[in-house]
Amino acid sequence: MQMTKQTEEKWEPKIIAFCCNWCSYSGADLAGTNRLTYPANVKIIRVPCSCRINPSFVLRAFQRGADGVIICGCHPGDCHYSTGNYHTRRRMTLLFSLLDYLGIEKERTRVEWVSAAEGQRFVDVMDDFVAQVTKLGPCRRLEDLRCRTN
Amino acid sequence: MQDELIKRACELLEDGTVDRVLGWSSGDFFYDITPTVFTSADEVRKRFVYNDFCGANLSKYLIAESQKDGKIAAFLKPCDTYSFNQLLTEHRINREKVYVIGIPCDGKVSVGTLNDAGIDGILSTERDGGDLVCTTVYGEKRIPFAEAQDERCINCKSRKHVVYDELIGEEGEVLDSHRFDEVEKLEAMTPEERFAFWQGELSRCIRCNACRNVCPACNCDLCVFDNPKSGVFSKAASNDFEDANFHIIRAFHVAGRCTDCGECSRVCPEHIPLHLLNRKLIKDINTLYGTYQAGETEGQMSPLSAFTEDGDAEPSIVQKGGIR
Amino acid sequence: MIVKVAEQKLPELLTAAAGVEKLYIPVDKSDKVSVFEEYAPGKTLSRKLNTLRSAKDFFFPQVQPMAKFRMEGKKIEVIDTREEPQDFIIFGVRACDVRSFDILDRVFLADPVDTYYESRRKHATIVSWACAEPSETCFCHSFGIDAAAPEGDARMWIAGGWIYLEDLTEKGAELLKALDLPALGADTSDEDAEKEVKAEQDRIHSIQEKLPLYSLKPADNRQKELEIFNSPVWKEFSDKCLGCGSCTFVCPTCQCFDIEDFNDGHTIERYRCWDSCMYKDFTMMAAGTPRKTQLERFRQRFMHKLVYYPIKNDGIYSCVGCGRCLRRCPIHMNIVKVMKALEEDAQCEKKN
Repeated sequence: MQMTKQTEEKWEPKIIAFCCNWCSYSGADLAGTNRLTYPANVKIIRVPCSCRINPSFVLRAFQRGADGVIICGCHPGDCHYSTGNYHTRRRMTLLFSLLDYLGIEKERTRVEWVSAAEGQRFVDVMDDFVAQVTKLGPCRRLEDLRCRTN
Repeated sequence: MQDELIKRACELLEDGTVDRVLGWSSGDFFYDITPTVFTSADEVRKRFVYNDFCGANLSKYLIAESQKDGKIAAFLKPCDTYSFNQLLTEHRINREKVYVIGIPCDGKVSVGTLNDAGIDGILSTERDGGDLVCTTVYGEKRIPFAEAQDERCINCKSRKHVVYDELIGEEGEVLDSHRFDEVEKLEAMTPEERFAFWQGELSRCIRCNACRNVCPACNCDLCVFDNPKSGVFSKAASNDFEDANFHIIRAFHVAGRCTDCGECSRVCPEHIPLHLLNRKLIKDINTLYGTYQAGETEGQMSPLSAFTEDGDAEPSIVQKGGIR
Repeated sequence: MIVKVAEQKLPELLTAAAGVEKLYIPVDKSDKVSVFEEYAPGKTLSRKLNTLRSAKDFFFPQVQPMAKFRMEGKKIEVIDTREEPQDFIIFGVRACDVRSFDILDRVFLADPVDTYYESRRKHATIVSWACAEPSETCFCHSFGIDAAAPEGDARMWIAGGWIYLEDLTEKGAELLKALDLPALGADTSDEDAEKEVKAEQDRIHSIQEKLPLYSLKPADNRQKELEIFNSPVWKEFSDKCLGCGSCTFVCPTCQCFDIEDFNDGHTIERYRCWDSCMYKDFTMMAAGTPRKTQLERFRQRFMHKLVYYPIKNDGIYSCVGCGRCLRRCPIHMNIVKVMKALEEDAQCEKKN
């Protein structure tokens, strides 16, 4: 009985999106005010700047069952704090490379630059990322079984 | 070589140039070498050793030693000098209080490597041409010196001393090493294979923290993993996530600062090839942001503190296996 | 009684044992490491002298889940996660590790009894294995352990193409009976068996005599607690110590643990895990730690093994001379160096 229930239920990926307060989060807000829809799988966590994101945030997301992690910041040159996203760019490139080296596929991690005016772009990016992670299936490689709710 | 070092250490102590000397001493066996601070010439004559087993990197001890009163002389091998320079860059060592003596090194041996090669009950060793001859309770055993060395020495990156006040022996050169070969092999695997490889290695971790505590780059006063408020604090890795988490965060924290001295892999009781994580980051940095060797010159900017506005690659450059 | 089986029959012997109870044997993980693993056909007995981690893991594992807590509304539900373990056999334990069980028993089975430890302990049958090739780091002899005649429920020698098995306790006798050794071609009436074992023991002893730590004798420190506590050797030694926990984690007799909670937001999992006196947060309490310097922490480890434990346990040392810490310490600081330095220090004191 239990088995059939599980197979019938369609698996949906869990996506964590870290969004910069000044651009991407406003971009998501704009998408909302324009009544654009983006997949409900995406859970947004607002951060003051994309460079606030510590690599352990990304790992924590995977630990707690995320299937993909996307980081959204201001376009290079537009950082509210002048240089934050330049640091993000280097850091996350190296982190994602290291994760892929450890077997956490690169398709599960992404950095996108989305400005406050790009509501449509925010929706497109999320649609695309969700589709990409859905294709890969669930991520169990860094999951902490203790964190499963059931 | 050992005699020369002892002579110089005694001179420096006796003429008052320094108050202490940092070197090595041995215990019950010829191979159980411990880094030691000597305070008198007598002690140096009695206990100082320098042999094929003096692999321990002395630079990290200088963080504490250079905060004490008086001056200390330190015998540094080429790879120790890279760590020393990196620590100077990070303002962790007071340069004025350290008198650096560069000493040559042609590769070090760990007794563990000999045990792994099936040589046990070792009473003494001797170099004979290209071989290391071990006298054991079970008879004499021979092993080519090249095979007895630590991995880091087989793939030695440099025999050049990047910092010293005086040099004993001849200056070496930066070598053309094959240290990234193993990384490339892993990159070429499928994600499943890579994951299986790393899970097999990392799940053996017992969280003894030897890798962290021996690492010259890991010199935080309070490590994030020892801080109960950090959210990642845990004394034991109770599952695979925590094994991986510890090593990923540690490798990332020393990215751009790791000089690839190889101490982490040398000390790991479980023989986990931790250097392969650090080397991956070094290789990526070299590919993306230009060749960079941490500790090569004092005061250089770490590639993770620097950036260029237009020239940096976007994170989407990451390919299967990471940056290739 | 000693029973003799041909060495080629080892796989059959292991399969037979695995048929009786869950069986654990040391296997080679790589050319570098051997570990205890559950036996499955095809796995072979490691010929390495000793496993990297000690056999204490069977009774006192690094991580031991204790209980779970779940909150619903204002009620807290406590879930007991304990399960009674099955009977199991540990096969091929060396003499030093067997003795370590006695040392741990005196801690965990003393009042109040540690039920987690006890339940595993009473389900185990231990088959020990004499060391054919002791290493230069071995000093079990110093603590009165005979590597050629290990303790346990039953013991084994492998020499000259034969496996010799002897039962020592009732549990061991039952196991040997259940193995049905005659079916494996064992000759229970071979009178030479005892003589051959004696010859093997003599051979092992003659090797031990050649080992550098053979003459090491621990001093009786029970009357000298304060003297040793205030010895100058601690300062010199602890300055070098890196403060990692490799010595404590490979040690068969180290028994300190900490209790931690893991909170996943819904449930709290309480577990206990090994702790190391070398760590900065060892015995951390709300008011801080009583051992603020590495000197105090380093001293604690050796005082515990060489002084405090013997005081409380009729002079028995909390060290079995397995030599793991001699091999694993990144900078080769170890209990032998400490014992010798204390001895030297005591000699100097006497002279003055």
